[in-house]
Amino acid sequence: MTARLVPHRYRVVGHRACGPDVATIDVRPLEAAIGPAEPGQFAMLWAYGVGEVPISFRGVDAQPRRLRFTIRDVGEVSHALVGLRTGDVVGVRGPFGRGWRPETEAGRDVLVVAGGIGVCPLWPVVSRLRADRNRYGRLVVLVGARTPADLLDVDELRRWAAITGADLRVAVDRPAPGWHGPVGLVTDLLDEVDLHPEITSAFVCGPEVMMAATGRALLARGLAPERVRVSLERNMACGVRRCGRCQLGRLFVCVDGPVVDLVELGDLLEVAGR
Amino acid sequence: MVRSRHADRPVLLDGLGLEAILGELRRLGHTVYGPTRRGAAIGLGELRSVADLPAGWGDEQAPGRYRLRPRDDGAWFGHAVGADSWRRLLTPPREVLWRARRDGRGFEVVDEPAEPETLALVGVRPCDLAALRIQQRVVAASPEPAPSTPRPFVAVVECGAPAATCFCASTGDGPGVDDDADADLVLTELVDADRHVLVARARSARGAAVLATAPAEPASRDDLDAAVEVVRAAAGAQVRRLPDADACRSIADRPDHPRWADVAQRCLSCGSCTLVCPTCFCVVVADHTDLAGEEAWREARWDTCFSLDHSFIHGGSIRHELLARYRQWLTHKVATWWDQFGTSGCVGCGRCLTWCPAAIDLTEEVAALVADGATTATGGASP
Repeated sequence: MTARLVPHRYRVVGHRACGPDVATIDVRPLEAAIGPAEPGQFAMLWAYGVGEVPISFRGVDAQPRRLRFTIRDVGEVSHALVGLRTGDVVGVRGPFGRGWRPETEAGRDVLVVAGGIGVCPLWPVVSRLRADRNRYGRLVVLVGARTPADLLDVDELRRWAAITGADLRVAVDRPAPGWHGPVGLVTDLLDEVDLHPEITSAFVCGPEVMMAATGRALLARGLAPERVRVSLERNMACGVRRCGRCQLGRLFVCVDGPVVDLVELGDLLEVAGR
Repeated sequence: MVRSRHADRPVLLDGLGLEAILGELRRLGHTVYGPTRRGAAIGLGELRSVADLPAGWGDEQAPGRYRLRPRDDGAWFGHAVGADSWRRLLTPPREVLWRARRDGRGFEVVDEPAEPETLALVGVRPCDLAALRIQQRVVAASPEPAPSTPRPFVAVVECGAPAATCFCASTGDGPGVDDDADADLVLTELVDADRHVLVARARSARGAAVLATAPAEPASRDDLDAAVEVVRAAAGAQVRRLPDADACRSIADRPDHPRWADVAQRCLSCGSCTLVCPTCFCVVVADHTDLAGEEAWREARWDTCFSLDHSFIHGGSIRHELLARYRQWLTHKVATWWDQFGTSGCVGCGRCLTWCPAAIDLTEEVAALVADGATTATGGASP
């Protein structure tokens, strides 16, 4: 049995509820750790006897051997994972796939666009941008969510923006009492920001329709397609290009992605059901 | 592959010679598999002797139709491929990946390395040899290739009995094999009123060693010509063809072609085509536990892209429409497979035509899809 096909045992050492159906867990290996993960890669998390789901690394640069994942309760396995408590043991396989690779965009302005829980896979990028702040130009972060309750980690993002001098803008689609910010889609925020398209690189993560719309808008603004990266979501089951379930056209999302640029993506998201 | 001097000297094997080959393969520790009659079809099973071959049985195949037909010549290999394919032996339909035991609040993975069987595959058709090669490429393309298992001994039998559903001549995968085919033995059956023999050529050192143990006589020029003629006639007898690779690949750029909606009206989404296909490789990875919850194990099970589960992510299936599932299967098989593995996923074996309960003909669908996209498809085949 090859190494990345068998789960490593990790103990939950931190657990934080981030809303009614979202939890962030920190885990540490009981024995051998999985290999080092890059921002944008994903792991397969296994709830004993329930099943396994792909989850992007929320944090890869914290203390050595400590991994962080944010999970939304949307099915049987994620329900079990959200229900984990400190001390429980979870299986972790990975890391899998190709990540954001922010280092290739050093020296350029960076635009981060997140929709809903799509902010989580982008956190390792955001952390790297802060750690290597002087290697990048202007930072712009646009965050959209359905409702104010669906916004994750906005306070943390605001602190991050204050430290890095980033232009952070947050909008919700459906406001609730107490919401004083912009109402609309994340693409509406995009219309309002100044960009220097020739020196800007974008990292985009959110629902497929949001990524497709944002991609189109960024191309219309003059960004180069190879400078716009999105993170795809499919039902990865093996992580190693074998099970065939994560195919999107010619892509195996588990290996060719999950992060691809718009040249690699082409029109694959423009046709429903592909 | 090492070619022995023996490899250059084709011989003739009769029934006793073939029996000797099977015996020698068993003596070497191989479990020998080959075509055998299973009920009303020819499948693949263990060959304990030549008597297990479906001698005197041929088949009649058409889209959505398979019937055994007795032959009056007693041919051992006088049939086209059945539903069964060699991938059942090489990547079993259900395979346990690992087991784990509950351990307090956690679990412990139990490592149980399985003893791999050393297989000898006798009677592999050229189309299926191509499929074996494609499956090897699929495995090799993974960043975590499966643990290496002993390479099976492969005895190809060139095809002299294509069915009406066969189109390997158009895909370049049959009905004969090239000189560089990755096989240990290549056999061609010659059967007429006077004799029943196999022209046998070794293609590897171990093939030559096995062949050397069998009683045989040298094949004459006429025998070799007769073998060539068997293959030539089989190619000429094929009535279907797949458009060329460039045309096939173009269907990936035609997701809106009206033919997709047309075929989706006929397709039952049963997944038969994917299960009989010798190159399909999708699996579902499923976790199981015993009733007490003390043991859990993970299984890989053959999957089909026609299931809703195949593309399920939270909230629903990406390919919830049948049109999208059929489009995925066919586009992957003949178009995006090229991008992924540098080869087509279709070897022209015709199984997906024969075993489609709706009699959908892959060659006809591809032909319609590569035709002008503006042309509205007609009704298509009916059973």
